[in-house]
Amino acid sequence: MNIGLEHYLVLGALLFVCGLGTILLKRNAIGILMGVELVLNAANLNLVAFNRFAHAGTTAAPALDGQIVAIFVIVLAAAEAAVALAIFLNFYNNFSSIDVERAQNLKG
Amino acid sequence: MVALPTPTPFLLASAPSLVETLLFKGQPSLLVEFIYRAMICAVFFLGLVSLVAMFCIWWERKVAGHMQCRLGPNRVGPIGILQSLADGLKLLLKEDLIPGDADGFLFRMAPYLAFTPAFAAFLALPFSPEFTFEPRLAVGLFWILAILSVEVMGVILAGWASNNKWSIYGAMREACQIVSYEIPLGISIIVGVMSAGTLNLVDLGKMQGGGLQTWLLFRSPFALAAFFTYFIASLASNKRAPFDLPESESELVAGFHTEYSGLRFSFFFFAEYAAMFVVGGIQAALFLGSWNDPFGVVGYLFAHWQPAYDANPTAANAMPLLALNAVAAAIFILKAMAIIFVQMWLRWTLPRPRIDQVLYACVKVLLPLSCVLLLGAAVWGLLVPGRPGVPFVDYANPFTIAAWRDGPEGNATLSYVTQWLLTLLGLSGFTAVVGWVLYAAITGRNLKQRLTDPAPIAEAAEVASA
Amino acid sequence: MIHPMLAATAASDASAATATAILFYLCAAMSGISAICVVLSRNIVRTAVCLLFTLMGLAGLYFLLNSEFLAAVQLVVYAGGTLILIIFGVMLTSKSPFSRFEPRKIEVAIAIGVVILIFGALATAITHVAWPIATPPADSIYSMNALGLALLGDYLVPFEISSVLLLLVMIGAAYLAKARRHQPAESAGEAAAASRRARQWS
Repeated sequence: MNIGLEHYLVLGALLFVCGLGTILLKRNAIGILMGVELVLNAANLNLVAFNRFAHAGTTAAPALDGQIVAIFVIVLAAAEAAVALAIFLNFYNNFSSIDVERAQNLKG
Repeated sequence: MVALPTPTPFLLASAPSLVETLLFKGQPSLLVEFIYRAMICAVFFLGLVSLVAMFCIWWERKVAGHMQCRLGPNRVGPIGILQSLADGLKLLLKEDLIPGDADGFLFRMAPYLAFTPAFAAFLALPFSPEFTFEPRLAVGLFWILAILSVEVMGVILAGWASNNKWSIYGAMREACQIVSYEIPLGISIIVGVMSAGTLNLVDLGKMQGGGLQTWLLFRSPFALAAFFTYFIASLASNKRAPFDLPESESELVAGFHTEYSGLRFSFFFFAEYAAMFVVGGIQAALFLGSWNDPFGVVGYLFAHWQPAYDANPTAANAMPLLALNAVAAAIFILKAMAIIFVQMWLRWTLPRPRIDQVLYACVKVLLPLSCVLLLGAAVWGLLVPGRPGVPFVDYANPFTIAAWRDGPEGNATLSYVTQWLLTLLGLSGFTAVVGWVLYAAITGRNLKQRLTDPAPIAEAAEVASA
Repeated sequence: MIHPMLAATAASDASAATATAILFYLCAAMSGISAICVVLSRNIVRTAVCLLFTLMGLAGLYFLLNSEFLAAVQLVVYAGGTLILIIFGVMLTSKSPFSRFEPRKIEVAIAIGVVILIFGALATAITHVAWPIATPPADSIYSMNALGLALLGDYLVPFEISSVLLLLVMIGAAYLAKARRHQPAESAGEAAAASRRARQWS
């Protein structure tokens, strides 16, 4: 039973659609943030799987690009989560609820 | 579906370890090796963690007792050595209470989430070159740091799932404290790693095998300072000694484990002592010479017996090597226990600061200090280049001047001189501290230990009648 | 001296493949099932815990893919940093631990439809494309040295930009989340609301 590139890609697709479903289905703003994190993780898994299977490199220059881009994605995701949570805390202070359905001040 | 080509096997098997060769008479198949290692993990390491935790529980109470001029446990067993067993039995037999409004699933899961990272960190600890679970782990030190940072989740969930405001207070304070102190922790480790040049714990151990002066503690003055900042930050990340606010809540209310009783409570205790051992192990591995003794005897014997075994892998050559590995593992455990003793010593000596003082110490004192150390270590690496060779590993005869002068990366005289200077400094400091403590212990036995002087009877009668 | 990882041994490919498969399915099951639980769970704290298990399963998968450093970074930054931040946010913004927000039925139907459609499309595409598999050379190992040299060599500019970005994010988040003094309440209702908010975490 050989585990190949496709196994990892299908798992990445599963994580991606789970993240998408979380974004669509949650009304809690922090739940939506968790969905975004899942999507980013799916992308990371894809990057690293391609790095291992499809980008061979040479002995002198081993294939590292996928890993490094994945490290940057993790760093950026952490930064984005920090700012998003700061925004959510402000939202909660103003509306005393974390439900995104309440964010309707600009509607109509 | 496209047919998959045969991939390169990821588990590129190394030459089998000594024990595996003796057990399986040669190279075992990868599946057998896989199952064998899983068994080692489940049986041996779990047993080691339990043993360490039970010993530390008894030892802490003994140390606390003797530092407070009392005896500690002395009824159950010869010097109370079976006290941990009795405690464990008591905790097992308690009623398993779960608060009615608590989140049942999270409440049950939190102790395991707190214990598993501390246990998983044991996998990377370098007890000896043969008795390391995964010697090829290129990120050994970073892996321990990473897995220990998952432990905070267990504490937060324990506090949250108890549905008790005191638990939430304890959990939030602890999470704040641990997450803040992870930064100076990581930076101190980076300073040590910069001196060494590798994250692999087994390589770190081999690099320190030539005697006291090769220990990474004495590689540069910044590594020496980083050892102390790491020690302080690790106290906070273990919720020990002056930074035990989550447990101080336990003298007031009980913090995040208020609602836990019985076996679940004991898991938190095990997690704490296992984490203490891991942290002591990191300090021993990174700064204090890993499994080597201060005279370089272990390094000398390894350098002579390991190649002899590699050239001629017979059982006769393997036995002395195995014995040496056992001695090395004992030395490693001894060093980790020494660090644990210092942690216990501090706990019963220092008062406890407030949470804002704790965070002040982290963000305004330790963090700038460790950043300065990082900068200094980087500049030091540029100004004092080269690493002196390790005796018996890089050169055979440590008593020649040429050996001193030529490190593996070129001229290393300045580095070697620094090493010896720092070694003398460290040795004198250590001897001074030990001598001072012994002097106090010896001369202090004649002093009366009273908190207040008793008032003479006549004065007391006067005061009463006035 | 040959690095121990490169020593060619007599281990059969089948045995290695089985071991790899066992580990892959364990970690993938942990990640996949936790991800599905993230979608389905109603309680926001349980969602966060399921996300934790997803991230830990992914770290295991990164180990399987020879990216050890990335796995450790994932555990430190994601599981031990971002997720703690998310949990803090959950605890600071929830009124009761078990409050639930239910999406409307039509939203659920649309979400399920979109999700199934996209997953079907992706899975079909993945399994029907002939991926250019390149076998890494037998002596390639992803060493820490190579990673460090690449980060400070080829990827120096993104590295420096991300450090500046993190500084900006620190300043911005600290400013945004700073507690602001409330103005004196205009009416009794607002005063009651303000005092209720202040008693939130008493």
